[in-house]
Amino acid sequence: MRKHADRLFQALSMATLIIALAALGVLIFDIVKDGGSRLSWQFLTNIASRNADEAGVYHALMGSIWVILITAALSLPIGVAAAIYLEEYGTRSRVARFIELNIANLAAVPSIIYGLLGLGLFVRIMAMGQSVMAGASTLALLALPVVILSTREALRTVPSTIREGSYALGATKWQTIWNQVLPMALPGILTGLILALSRAIGETAPLIAIGALTYIPFAPDGIWSKFTVLPIQIFNWVSRPQPEFKVNAAAAILVLLVLLLTMNAVAVVVRDRFQSRGRG
Amino acid sequence: MNVERRRPVPASLAGVTTSRRGQSPAAFDAPVKVAVDGLNFYYGTKRALDGISIQIRSNLVTALIGPSGCGKSTFLRTLNRMNDIIPDTRVEGTVLIDDQSIYESRVDVVQLRRRVGMVFQKSNPFPKSIFENVAYGLRINGLVKTRAELEGRVEESLQQAAIWEEVKDRLQESALALSGGQQQRLCIARALAIRPEILLMDEPASALDPIATQRIEELIYELKKKYTIVIVTHNMQQAARVSDQTAFFWLGRLVEFDRTDKIFTAPAEKLTEDYVTGRCG
Amino acid sequence: MSTRTLEWIVERVLLLCALLSVLTTAGIIGVLAVETFAFLRVVPVLDFLTGTEWTPLFSSQKFGVLPLIAGTMLVSAIAMVVALPMGLLSAVYLSEYAPNNLRRVVKPILEILAGVPTVVYGYFALTFVTPMLQQVFPTLSGFNALSPGLVMGLMIMPLVSSLSEDAMQAVPRGLREGSYALGATRMQTALKVVVPAAFSGITAAFILAVSRAIGETMIVAIAAGQQPRLTGNPFVPIETMTAYIVQVSLGDTPQGTIEYRTIFAVGMLLFVMTFGLNLISTWLRERFREEYA
Repeated sequence: MRKHADRLFQALSMATLIIALAALGVLIFDIVKDGGSRLSWQFLTNIASRNADEAGVYHALMGSIWVILITAALSLPIGVAAAIYLEEYGTRSRVARFIELNIANLAAVPSIIYGLLGLGLFVRIMAMGQSVMAGASTLALLALPVVILSTREALRTVPSTIREGSYALGATKWQTIWNQVLPMALPGILTGLILALSRAIGETAPLIAIGALTYIPFAPDGIWSKFTVLPIQIFNWVSRPQPEFKVNAAAAILVLLVLLLTMNAVAVVVRDRFQSRGRG
Repeated sequence: MNVERRRPVPASLAGVTTSRRGQSPAAFDAPVKVAVDGLNFYYGTKRALDGISIQIRSNLVTALIGPSGCGKSTFLRTLNRMNDIIPDTRVEGTVLIDDQSIYESRVDVVQLRRRVGMVFQKSNPFPKSIFENVAYGLRINGLVKTRAELEGRVEESLQQAAIWEEVKDRLQESALALSGGQQQRLCIARALAIRPEILLMDEPASALDPIATQRIEELIYELKKKYTIVIVTHNMQQAARVSDQTAFFWLGRLVEFDRTDKIFTAPAEKLTEDYVTGRCG
Repeated sequence: MSTRTLEWIVERVLLLCALLSVLTTAGIIGVLAVETFAFLRVVPVLDFLTGTEWTPLFSSQKFGVLPLIAGTMLVSAIAMVVALPMGLLSAVYLSEYAPNNLRRVVKPILEILAGVPTVVYGYFALTFVTPMLQQVFPTLSGFNALSPGLVMGLMIMPLVSSLSEDAMQAVPRGLREGSYALGATRMQTALKVVVPAAFSGITAAFILAVSRAIGETMIVAIAAGQQPRLTGNPFVPIETMTAYIVQVSLGDTPQGTIEYRTIFAVGMLLFVMTFGLNLISTWLRERFREEYA
């Protein structure tokens, strides 16, 4: 009897996993079925259009790339610097504990709240308008907690013997960090950054909140240019009643998923490549 | 160690010591390089060193022996203030190097560590090329002006560490490709490159095979002509072979400090005798 | 410049970067507070929090936020009905039953499930799950709380699973062995020893999941509708707090108007709710860590 219950329970637990994985399969199958046939070179190079058959994702794809590059440029140095402070300098201090608690909580603040911050701070107060810069700044704040956490983990993997070896040669703290610790932690930092960015590139709500959902029939030509991004284009098409646009949405989702997959693959390659080189 | 357990004074140890000593007589009246007085050290509230007073003389090899956790490594690390990087530690007492206190607030730790080099128990080459490992200390301390000067100093250091012949054709290869013994000699070369006055060695051969160990010991013998050397070792034969003076630590205290031959043949303290003959520890 | 000065400057710059996170929190609170106070000067706080009608975009404006809160709670509750049991069971399976190589395959797939952009889940809810459910429940409206709730549960389930599993993994092996030694089965050990021992860690995961559901935006913005309605009926269109913010952001509402300010007031409410839950979750996790430190 007890054995039976145990078996049943195990089957039930396994079933939940299978359901979840099957749902993921259904989701991907559904999107490929809806949008796969719509994918073409033209779809990638055409801009948005009132006519569903002529519409493409060129401007949205370019917008996504612009925004994500600027987001990386903003969040990488700040995130790494913050992580270095918390991991190498502020250990155990009260300020550091407070900052850590704060970062942990920020990581769980809904993304749309960041959008409202971006709207109030970047768009209005700093008068950036609905520009690439405003969008990227908002997403950079959103990505920061993830970048900081993954950088700290990467710093922790650098053995203390390396630090001691450097100090013993008369290196200062910063020389040690810059010349020895950071290069060794770099693959871990980059992997974390790419994963943070792959989350940011799928974000829709914060960019809608800063007002990026206006009709933008052009690709950005600079950081002060107005822009739209893939997820917003998808949302736009999903919201239309005509079924042709839903097909476009599915095709655009495929483009977004391929972009995400590529980023994740790059992250894996970076990690493996450096890992095999660094060991001895 | 087990073999010698019952013998009060291991003749093999004493023999090695005296035969080596004969080759290069130690100058026991050399000037005092490091003078330590009433040194206490704490990890948090735990006292790791208790009233250590010792005088270490120039161009001698001083060995620190004692069981694990007796404070010998901690003591070694107080001499270049390496313990500073461990949070929650505290030092009392004075350490003078060339009559200058190293724990005064105006002392630049970076300057101190340039004068007092250190080699660690586990070889810790940076994951860079052999050349870059040795050049690092020279670069960060701004000790060389030209590329030629840098290359000269790197070669000189590698030669001093008796590893030049083995690596001269592959200076750009990763230091991690070297064997354990070679890595340790590279770390010695790295420490020598910035021309320290004192060299601290924390069980430098404990992770090496006997042949690599012998090479390190021969190297120490060469190096004492130019440097004052303090070496922590677990291995008593090694202490007897390489050192001129030996300090025996026990539970954070310095039990006995004397000429090495005396420590191993006629120690003044019963505890020392028990330890060097393997009866305890 | 001397080395010491440089070191001093570097440390200050690094500290500044770390403090940026505190500034972000301060910025969020500041931006939300300024507009919320301006809003509350026009709408009394009691009317806002207890009013049962929300029509700021109509000519007869009413600012009772309860319908939005009800919508948020309804969708979140449905999501939790899916995410909590599924997440916990799969965590038990992964932690107590699954062989190591299976875990190595399944965990990355769960991460993919958690990493799919929410706008994609929104599409899935609207174009696949809702039509499918309509075949079972013919009365189900095209926009409803049920479908986005279920899909949201699926999205949050990996979070619950991975955090709960971490908590169970932290339970010392000795406790399990003690239970097995008394002749308990794996199920008995899992349910009577491991889960209770990891209780505060699992609770922290649950609370974080609730917080995620409350703040989730795109799924509900796409599939739940835009009709603020004080109801517990999962078959009819509703509107959540987050979806309302999106709805207003889509239009071109001029800055300084009362409509513009409503999104900050709703945002403030959302922030207070999620931040509170996050704090409780962090506190529980800390406590759990101390238990097994």
